[in-house]
Amino acid sequence: MYDFKYRRVHSVEDALLVFNECESPHYYAGGMSLLPVLKLRLDQPTDVIDLGYLDNLRGIQDEADLIRIGAMTPHAVVASSDVVRNKIPALAKLAGSIGDPLIRNRGTIGGSIANNDPSADYPSAVLALNATVHTNRRSIAADDFFLGMFETALENGELILEVTFPVPKRAGYGRFPNPASRYPLVGVFVAETQEGPRVSVTGAAPCVFRFAEMEWALAKNFDEIAIREIRISPDNLQSDLHGTPEYRARLITTMARRAVVETVTAAKA
Amino acid sequence: MLFTVTMKVNGKPVTGEIEGRTLLVDFLRKTLQLTGTHVGCDTSQCGACTVHLNGIAVKSCTLLAAHADGAEVSTIEGLAEGDVLHPMQQAFHEHHALQCGYCTPGMVMSALDLLRKNPDPTAEEVRHGLEGNLCRCTGYHNIIEAVLAAAKKLKDPRHV
Repeated sequence: MYDFKYRRVHSVEDALLVFNECESPHYYAGGMSLLPVLKLRLDQPTDVIDLGYLDNLRGIQDEADLIRIGAMTPHAVVASSDVVRNKIPALAKLAGSIGDPLIRNRGTIGGSIANNDPSADYPSAVLALNATVHTNRRSIAADDFFLGMFETALENGELILEVTFPVPKRAGYGRFPNPASRYPLVGVFVAETQEGPRVSVTGAAPCVFRFAEMEWALAKNFDEIAIREIRISPDNLQSDLHGTPEYRARLITTMARRAVVETVTAAKA
Repeated sequence: MLFTVTMKVNGKPVTGEIEGRTLLVDFLRKTLQLTGTHVGCDTSQCGACTVHLNGIAVKSCTLLAAHADGAEVSTIEGLAEGDVLHPMQQAFHEHHALQCGYCTPGMVMSALDLLRKNPDPTAEEVRHGLEGNLCRCTGYHNIIEAVLAAAKKLKDPRHV
């Protein structure tokens, strides 16, 4: 790791001020993605701004038809939150499936979506649940937030403060983890929102995306039988030593079916 | 550029010089000579470096030492009281929950965090709770036994 200047900040205002006065700064949330990147010398910030002491960016609030999650809330807190477990159990399940317990103690929702790793879990939930990302400058709809591989709508220095999730009628998450890295080879989040079904896919392509054909099918019939035969084209899917595009295409249908089955079970329970 | 940090490690205040990039595990091992915390993979997968930061288990190879400035850190060295092993360590000993021992400090620290969240886990829950810790001797079976035994002991009101 190249050396850098460590900067601890105690308010969002300080974080922004420090960011502006540094040459090539990087925000440091949980560090579960940032530190491995720095160790590999894939990035060389001059200053690392530690957001870990911004306590007001941590926490979960129940606001009737939506849940508000602070950007610095660790995955373990989301996974064990009664509010999230009662209102959007699939979101709690997703948070509890990221990495391992030690990763979940440090990794944060804001860090995960700001990084937008193609294999990260959280972007799929943010997109399928039609969440809104609130920053120090504006509120960004999920559909406008994730732009490409490790690329988001965030501008230089813009800081995520919280994410709001509208409570869906029901939701489910199907995930096929790589047993070594624990990242999903494919993850599919299915939600029946107040505006209709939304299906998002992570792990399979350079960026999380919505699968429109499945959304239309589920709008007609919200049952796994409706999507059983829907297969995505492997053309734009990832290929690596863990799986071919064709394999990932098949996994998308299977994980989507599992996600739908889970939503139905959750609705009955 | 060196600067000074102060933290409480195993209950004792310590001070040392670090760089911005210094990892907590390097501060513990090199500066404080607390070599019980191991570095296995250095890629946040194996969990051999697990310590507690303000009571919560974290991978110290993926945490900046500077972040722990002012914090409380507990390592494997802080568990035993003199010659008396912590019940978790004792359970590992009694159930032969180690072969080479390299992963053991991390396993013990993770297991304690698991019991903090879930004092009465099932074997299945222990397996999932230790997903962040790898044992390459494949000694998992006895590790699970040890954690279950320690949970029982720690729940016992006679344990102080």
